[in-house]
Amino acid sequence: MEVAVKTAKNLVRVALLLLCASAIAFTLVSISPLDPLQTNIGQAALGSLSAEQTAQLESYWGVGEPPIQRYLSWLGDFVRGDMGISLLYRQSVATVIAEKLANSLLLLAFAWVISGVLGFTLGIIAGAYQGRAIDRAIQSYSLIIASTPLFWIGIMLLLIFAVWLQIAPIGLSVPIGMEAADVTLIDRLRHAILPALALSITGIANITLHTREKMIAVMGSDYVLFARARGESTRRIVTRHGVRNVILPAMTLQFALINEILAGTILVEQVFSYPGLGQAVVTAGLGGDMPLLLAITVISTALVFGGNFIANTLYGVVDPRIRKGVSK
Amino acid sequence: MSNINNCADNTVLDIRNLSISFQQYAGRFSHTQLETIHNLNVKVHAGELVAIVGASGSGKSLLAHSILGILPYNATWSGEIRYRGELLTQTRIEELRGSEIALVPQGVSHLDPLMKIGTQILKGRKDAATRQKMEEVLERYGLGDGVENLYPFELSGGMARRALISMAVLEDAKLIIADEPTPGLDAKLARRVLSHFRELADDGAGVLLITHDLELALEVAERIVVMHDGTAVEDTEACNFAREETLQHPYTKALWRARL
Ligand SMILES: Nc1ncnc2c1ncn2[C@@H]1O[C@H](COP(=O)(O)OP(=O)(O)O)[C@@H](O)[C@H]1O
Ligand SMILES: [Mg+2]
Repeated sequence: MEVAVKTAKNLVRVALLLLCASAIAFTLVSISPLDPLQTNIGQAALGSLSAEQTAQLESYWGVGEPPIQRYLSWLGDFVRGDMGISLLYRQSVATVIAEKLANSLLLLAFAWVISGVLGFTLGIIAGAYQGRAIDRAIQSYSLIIASTPLFWIGIMLLLIFAVWLQIAPIGLSVPIGMEAADVTLIDRLRHAILPALALSITGIANITLHTREKMIAVMGSDYVLFARARGESTRRIVTRHGVRNVILPAMTLQFALINEILAGTILVEQVFSYPGLGQAVVTAGLGGDMPLLLAITVISTALVFGGNFIANTLYGVVDPRIRKGVSK
Repeated sequence: MSNINNCADNTVLDIRNLSISFQQYAGRFSHTQLETIHNLNVKVHAGELVAIVGASGSGKSLLAHSILGILPYNATWSGEIRYRGELLTQTRIEELRGSEIALVPQGVSHLDPLMKIGTQILKGRKDAATRQKMEEVLERYGLGDGVENLYPFELSGGMARRALISMAVLEDAKLIIADEPTPGLDAKLARRVLSHFRELADDGAGVLLITHDLELALEVAERIVVMHDGTAVEDTEACNFAREETLQHPYTKALWRARL
């Protein structure tokens, strides 16, 4: 019963959240000074069109239609499962998103796992040996990276690995001019490695800094002092008490990272001309492709919400204080 | 058994001229040493319960931590700490703490919040003999009935104290240092916890009981050491607290009058 109420509450919450997110995205594009006809067809081409053709184009791009009506009609279709046709790609939004999402997921998953595993490990080590040389090295790395813009890291990676060493492709997700059928998994991975690396480098720094903070708090706790007084070695204290007590907040961090990595893909995909969701959202936003933009907004918001939801649920399962508190 | 032998052998803890100081940074290049404990002498014999009584902030916990070799990194200490006649170096205390020398800390915050009580008591030992012994010890302190499977947040204040005492008992510690084991307990529970320390002393361990409650200390200790301004101002038999005249230091006399 209680679970059902909680689930229902969560569903209402996520529905409201998605509604707000799509409304905000819609408003932003509606008030954008960019005229979709001029951006997508060009001033010169527009001049040579007849009034009839212009009117046709205007209705295609939704120019002049009252915004509220336009939004409501999109919403009506969307809740019925119809995401509409992308105005720019001239394909169904579902098809476009499926392709872009598949590309982006490769980056997202790689960066998410690497950042989580390495960031957690480095954070634990730095926190356990606070103030020592190893901590100072890890902390300096993290602080410098965390304050470096992501696009700059991307450009540096391109310069080093694609331009100088020439061991990685310079952009895109598949080799230029190759038939889709000939593209191998290796090709895809080779093209994903640099953008994924750029995302991971910043992700690691973030997770490391946060994990380090938590670890320092644990190492300064009464129970670690007592463990020491009971003859437990630093190594044992770190593995028995440190990891155990840091893993819970780390889990929350790890799921919050989805948010940051998603935002990061927008920049990284621009730098590497990587045709993923991040690039599609920029194209859709600038080009006034309302159906595509709104669909991406809703899907990425759902991803972030899903991450937080999983984190909260896991917390309840893993933390005995919450688990047993509920059953009482 | 001759008395002479008794005197020579049964000193468990002998602290001489202990001083502890902290680096205080005053500006960028200068720092001063702040001496928090100076010239402290304390002795504990086997079978004896000695109470250290002092106000909050008088350095009682620091004393306990210096014996166990867990002073904070910015502390330096001098003097001599001997355990059964042997000088306690950092290496030696690291071998002895948690087995022969045990700390009984204040309360539940000293237990890992995410680890079951039994797991914490066992410290990674898995052999049947130790398990068996743990169950006996827990039983002795009224903690049978699956308390070993509980998490710290599920224990009452009194249960947590008894679980912490069980840890020292399981190790057969010969020197037990209890740092304020009673705050937060009502008078009846506090007496019960202290009576456990009395039992441990009667069983032959040396017990150093740190407390700010003179009243309770007098009920269980044979000797009282009063700490004030970072040193022991009084070191006397508990019976001398019967009358003000048998007390030496003005601070002790003030304490004595305060309890009336
Ligand atoms: N890490 C530290 N750095 C500086 N001073 C400290 C530190 N730890 C303790 N002290 C000083 O030592 C004093 C005694 O502390 P403590 O032994 O905890 O007192 P008690 O246990 O008697 O209440 C404190 O008042 C504080 O000024
Ligand atoms: Mg204290």
